[in-house]
This record gives sequence, structure tokens and C-alpha cells, in this order.
Amino acid sequence: METSLLERINEARQSRQAVAVITDIATGHQQLVTPQTVLEGELATEVGKRFRSAKSGVVTVNDKETFIQVHVPSPRLLIIGAVHISQALVPMAQSCEFDITVIDPRTAFASEERFPGVDLLAEWPQEVLEERPLDAFTALVAVTHDPKIDDIPLQQALAANCFYIGALGSRKTHGKRLDRFAQAGISSADMERIHAPIGLDIGASSPAEIAVSVMAEIIATLRKGDAA
Amino acid sequence: MENQNDTLAIAERWKGEGRELALATVIETWGSAPRPVGSHLVIDSEGNFEGSVSGGCVEGAVVFEAVEAIETGKAKVLEFGVADETAWEVGLSCGGKIRVYVEPVTGSAAG
Repeated sequence: METSLLERINEARQSRQAVAVITDIATGHQQLVTPQTVLEGELATEVGKRFRSAKSGVVTVNDKETFIQVHVPSPRLLIIGAVHISQALVPMAQSCEFDITVIDPRTAFASEERFPGVDLLAEWPQEVLEERPLDAFTALVAVTHDPKIDDIPLQQALAANCFYIGALGSRKTHGKRLDRFAQAGISSADMERIHAPIGLDIGASSPAEIAVSVMAEIIATLRKGDAA
Repeated sequence: MENQNDTLAIAERWKGEGRELALATVIETWGSAPRPVGSHLVIDSEGNFEGSVSGGCVEGAVVFEAVEAIETGKAKVLEFGVADETAWEVGLSCGGKIRVYVEPVTGSAAG
């Protein structure tokens, strides 16, 4: 692989653009393509299929053994609340290769010192989400305990069909949340998509343990769907 | 920020430091292979490595072949199967089988 190709792959991954590297295994010849690149015949079909399934693999095209490696954007994690649990959750999600954003309008919480090197926004979630809409490749975790901050992004996550939606709070707190959401016209089918109390039931008690249970629940939902 | 687990980002950084590299990529798996297709291991000419192509079962052999690929400048395909004294020096104890493409990273960094 040419170093310039490696740099172009990393640049695309950094800017959340899907790319694929096509390698002719016999000759070592390589080509970088995007979903918009025009290819011919069998190769076009195979590459299109690989982009859609996000699965890399070897195919035989025109009698040539060819490896198609697709790089698709990693899942996003949006954390509402720059709280203690979030401080433990961020490094775990980084290790699992999520793109992470933390939002909290309370500037005392959303400080660079508490979240060094993290995409951190001391703004109201609804303002941020206007600029950066949610999508199905995003997990949203609301952990402020404050309905003024949590409710709107949770409702927007349901509308955007985020693959995981989790909200901190006891069953009682969540019951009150569901009453508010029902009054706002959210369907009960939608409300069932909210994971609350948040996280897998592993008896977590400290903020770090709760972060483990949340991370595990996000991954289970990503890999196995909402049945997890 | 560079992800500590991002092998391709590490490869680019190493190249920027002027190190000679090879990249190993899992291209096919059969059975219960420990790492999926597309997983990378990056190796420098001293045999330092980051990433993984198996659960640690065959990395030693891949590193050896990668150092050779850096010297010769030629890519190659390696196959590893079930650990079996008669057929394989190293293998996957999980019973899977993998093919690994090992290629030198040529040219220099844009800087």
C-alpha cells in the first residue's frame, strides 16, 4: 500500500465518508473508491453490495481474486449531560471506536478540564441538534436527571430512529417521564424504545460501573437489535 | 484525537516518524475466527506491532513474514488453520481458519 493511499483512507474515515479499497491480490494493485465512483460490470455490482452491507471480503472478478475492504463511518454516541457517569463512559466508548459528543448547557459541568480532548458543547441540546441532526447510526444517552435538558433530545432521538436511546433515572422518574411524553403525543410503542432505567442489569453502583452497563447495553443493541 | 485502538491511524503516525512498515489484513475467515475480515496488524521493521489479526495465536508468525515483506517490498498471502503439528507450525486453537494479506507500506509520508 502506498503511504498516500493510507493517508487518504484515514482522511475519509476522519470526515465520516464511506470509502473502499480494492486490492488485486495477485498484483497488489490498489484503488480507493467512494459509493459515487463509477466502476464497470461485475466489480461495480460487488462494490455496491459491499458498501450496502458494510462487509469487507474477497471476490473473484474477471478471474482476478480481489479483496474489497469497506470503511464506513463508525457509530456516533451523543451524551446529554457532562456528569460523572459520562466521564467514565467517554473513554470506554472511545475504545469501542464511537464518535462521541457530550452536550450540557450547564457550563460548570461542561468544562474542558472535566472532558479533555472531547467534542464538548456547553449549549442546549435542541440548539445543537438543529445544526447536527440525529440519525439511525447514533446512540443517544440522556443522563442529566433534569427533564428540561433531557426530554427534548430524547423525543428527537425517537423521531430520528436512533439505534439506541437510554435515559437515566429510577422506575419512578421514568414513569413521570412517560406521563410527560404521553401528554406530548408520543406513542407508547415509541416510548418502549427508551432503555430506562438505563444500562444492563449487572447491579452497577458506582459511576464507572453504571458506564460499563450502559456501554454493554449500547453494544448489545448495535449488534443484536432492540431485542437485546 | 488519535484513537488508541485505531491501527490505521497508528500506521500513519509511524510512517510520519520515518519508520518502515507493513500492514497485515484479515481477508477471509472460516469457522470461528477470532477477528473479523478487515482487521489490521501494523508492523515495523524492528518487529514492533499494534492491532491484531487473531486473538494472539498467529501474530508472531505474521510479524516474521511482515518484516520480510518490508525487506523484499513484496506483498503475500498467508493462511492459518487449526493448530496441527503435522500441517502447521502455528495455528488457531479456536478451530477457525484465516487468510491474511501482508503488504509493505511504500513511499513516504506527505508530512
